[in-house]
Amino acid sequence: MSSAPFYQTGTFAVGNRLLGPGEASVQSDPGRSNAITKGHRACQGCGEALGARCALDAALAATGGRVIAANATGCLEVFSTPFPESSWRLPWIHSLFGNAPAVATGIAAALRAQGRTDVRVVGQGGDGGTLDIGLGCLSGMFERGDDVLYICYDNEAYMNTGVQRSAATPPAARTATTEPVGGHPGNAFGQGKNLPLIAMAHEIPYVATATVAELRDLEHKVTRAMDFRGPRYIHVLVPCPLGWGSEPAKTIEIARLAKETGLFPVFEAEEGCVVASSPIRRLRPVEDYLRLQRRYAHLFGDDGRPDVIARLQRLANRNIERFGLLAQAGEDSGGDGRRDLLETLAASERGPQ
Amino acid sequence: MFEARIHGRGGQGVVTAAELLSLAAFHDGLQAQAFPSFGSERMGAPVVAFCRIDQVPIRRREPIAEPDAVVVQDPTLLHHVNVFGGLSPTGCVLINSGRSPSQLGLDALRDRLPALRLLTVPASEIAREHLGRPIPNVALLAGLVALTGVVGLAALDQAIDERFTGAAAAANRRAALEAHAHAARELEGSLSRAGARDG
Amino acid sequence: MASQVEGSLAVARTVACCRPQVICAYPITPQTHIVEGLSRMVAAGELAPCEFVNVESEFAAMSVAIGASATGSRAYTATASQGLLYMAEALFNAAGLGLPIVMTVANRAIGAPINIWNDHSDAMALRDCGWVQLYATSNQEAADMHVQAFRLAEQCSLPVMVCMDGFVLTHAVEPLELPRRQEVDAYLPPFEPRQMLDPSDPVTIGALVGPEAFTEVRYLAHAKQMEALDAIPVLAGEFESSFGRPSGGLLGRYRCEDAETVVVALGSVFGTLEEAIDERRARDERIGAIAVKTFRPFPLEELRAGLAGARRVVVLERAFSVGRGGIVSGDVHAAVAGSEIAIHTVVAGLGGRAITRASLHALLDDLEEGRLAELEFLDLRRDVVERELQRGREQGRPGPHAENILRELGIVAAGPV
Repeated sequence: MSSAPFYQTGTFAVGNRLLGPGEASVQSDPGRSNAITKGHRACQGCGEALGARCALDAALAATGGRVIAANATGCLEVFSTPFPESSWRLPWIHSLFGNAPAVATGIAAALRAQGRTDVRVVGQGGDGGTLDIGLGCLSGMFERGDDVLYICYDNEAYMNTGVQRSAATPPAARTATTEPVGGHPGNAFGQGKNLPLIAMAHEIPYVATATVAELRDLEHKVTRAMDFRGPRYIHVLVPCPLGWGSEPAKTIEIARLAKETGLFPVFEAEEGCVVASSPIRRLRPVEDYLRLQRRYAHLFGDDGRPDVIARLQRLANRNIERFGLLAQAGEDSGGDGRRDLLETLAASERGPQ
Repeated sequence: MFEARIHGRGGQGVVTAAELLSLAAFHDGLQAQAFPSFGSERMGAPVVAFCRIDQVPIRRREPIAEPDAVVVQDPTLLHHVNVFGGLSPTGCVLINSGRSPSQLGLDALRDRLPALRLLTVPASEIAREHLGRPIPNVALLAGLVALTGVVGLAALDQAIDERFTGAAAAANRRAALEAHAHAARELEGSLSRAGARDG
Repeated sequence: MASQVEGSLAVARTVACCRPQVICAYPITPQTHIVEGLSRMVAAGELAPCEFVNVESEFAAMSVAIGASATGSRAYTATASQGLLYMAEALFNAAGLGLPIVMTVANRAIGAPINIWNDHSDAMALRDCGWVQLYATSNQEAADMHVQAFRLAEQCSLPVMVCMDGFVLTHAVEPLELPRRQEVDAYLPPFEPRQMLDPSDPVTIGALVGPEAFTEVRYLAHAKQMEALDAIPVLAGEFESSFGRPSGGLLGRYRCEDAETVVVALGSVFGTLEEAIDERRARDERIGAIAVKTFRPFPLEELRAGLAGARRVVVLERAFSVGRGGIVSGDVHAAVAGSEIAIHTVVAGLGGRAITRASLHALLDDLEEGRLAELEFLDLRRDVVERELQRGREQGRPGPHAENILRELGIVAAGPV
């Protein structure tokens, strides 16, 4: 027997072959539905194409292939249906920009009237179509208790029309309508629009956030969502190389950094209460995330804004506190572990030295 | 009226190329109209842009169906998009490539349109050398200037300075100069080869 | 001094010179470059005092403009297509309240099927909402019309939409005269609101009006638009004196003096039309063209006068009324009522299909030969349409029209290069 170390055993990398059917990821199954099949026109490195395919494959796997999707206008709709082709392998309708939740409601109502409640409904759209123009319809869907899973693919701006700012655009980000001119640091610092929290305020059965860095987690959450009836909401962070000014090959790395800096909390909630949050494994300063994206390039360099970076770090730290994103100090770090971490956070708020 | 059609892919500066050409014409005291054939934002998708140049104000607004010049910024388009549709028999073609037209499989085109002027310029390589990125648009325009003389190189320089700033402007101007020289040499070479054939 | 600049940017710079105090914008193709340009100018402090509000929908955009205008600020927004329809309720509201808002509409087709390219179905769908509708034939005219629009809006207490063809004009780069702020200041005085929300002098705006007074209130809206018919030529004349070039007005005329045939059209196709007219005049054909630059209010008398010598009129429209046919041609019929003029409606350029000199010549040749029907769809693929209709008659569940037709055209389009 060789004495050479095999680093792959004992992890899930090899594990998909060795795991039982219930444990293997949907994407590892050669018989998966491939909800968005090849030939779509997404950009190289598109986070949304990846996230949507994984999410819908999971939905189809969880429902025995019985899903109808309603899609808002946006990148996903445009790149998946370039005439005369469509890459969708499930029944799919695109109506307007702001009405995807309402259209989904209509589909669910028809299915109920026809006694076909084995068929499930997914509504989906980008951040623009969900947080801005579609919010009224989404809230209506939540309040009525309609049996729809709504998935928002958040790339933090109106990308398909040329990278204009949306309610999901983070503070300090450059977009075509939030240029860093005249002393402005890009997008203004407001209180943001936290749609997962808004969804929780509606006390709907299930709310979750996810990123394309942890696809297994995304699959799990979509599958879990299908266990519930009623309105469910999943918010997926999907980096956009074109709009964020990042390398297409780094989409997943950037999504991971969004979580590991605390800027994008990953958690699950049921009926208005957080029931689980995915801990940060290795805390990273926000700078590590910002540096990879040209939409934040104006914060660095000779005319850089360390004060703005420090402000962004405070936002990340607030998330960490609020959602309990750092694992409790325990066996590894000793009793003072938590205090050390808080001190680290406080130091990082003072900005890069 | 001179009508040019520029083919490329999203991200290669096709639309900017048409604008720059129109800006150069403007600086040469000519009337010019540049516009893209549009689609949604997407890197890598085939893109077409148009530029008309004339002595008098330009009134028509239709896409250019019978170009005097076709510029191909991405040779992968050559055999899967109809880049040469409507090309004037006495027009010219400029392709971004280090290979010769024969190597690009264009002998049939040459045979069909013997009066056609066909030139390749390694614009991506020239751009990479001066700009650090293989954005071939400016270099190709300089090649077009050498090939047609529709605008002056000085006017193109002025347009570059207006459209780009600082280091990018200087780098683009250097790329233009090199591409122009390359194209001029190629043209001289082919002329003397043609002379040798006839002689 | 001309600058070689994109149409959208020329509009943005011109609007900036008009000193708007509130700009509210929601992105929609192909208007984005206009609002991005204004956003940059506001952020750089070039427009102060001006608030740029990034709204969450077009309905919000028009609503913000309503609030701003009612509070005495000059307000501006821009939209297209679906966005214009999304604010439909607010458009009627703004007009009904007599608020002098100016809006650019970058004309784009209305779905379904979704289409981002140019036609006039968006503005035509809202022709009765009470807004003044101006259609620019060129980028220079588009920019210039905004200056006149603010003046007209505030003078008549009416909102005004300036329509310019999406992509064809908005994304074209050409030599354009950009006005200087002092020039515009000399033409456009500061906004003096006829009504204003002000604690020192409270008024109620937007009361309920019952059957006893509604007719009178609505009649006044109509009367104001009819006044605009007189105001528009005067303002255009003043513009020409101030800026040294003709722009706007009710109608544009091209070689109509002894024309037997007149083509009536709106928007940017006029440039291509002029070239086609020149080519036919060179063959001694007596043909001319009229551009309808003010569509609402509709200049019935002016058009009647303009068509007086004509025997045949072709109305070239970039939209149509489903189930009826032409829209503009209905107004043209009214203008020449009682005359013997033959009117042909040609629906062309839908969803961005280019109107070329070649297709214009083909249609005018058909007219000469007596082959032109009363209602024609230019460049229609009849064979494709027939096959789809046949599919509908045969199969149980034929599927969506768009998918079938595009699949068929796709097969055709994917043929050998």
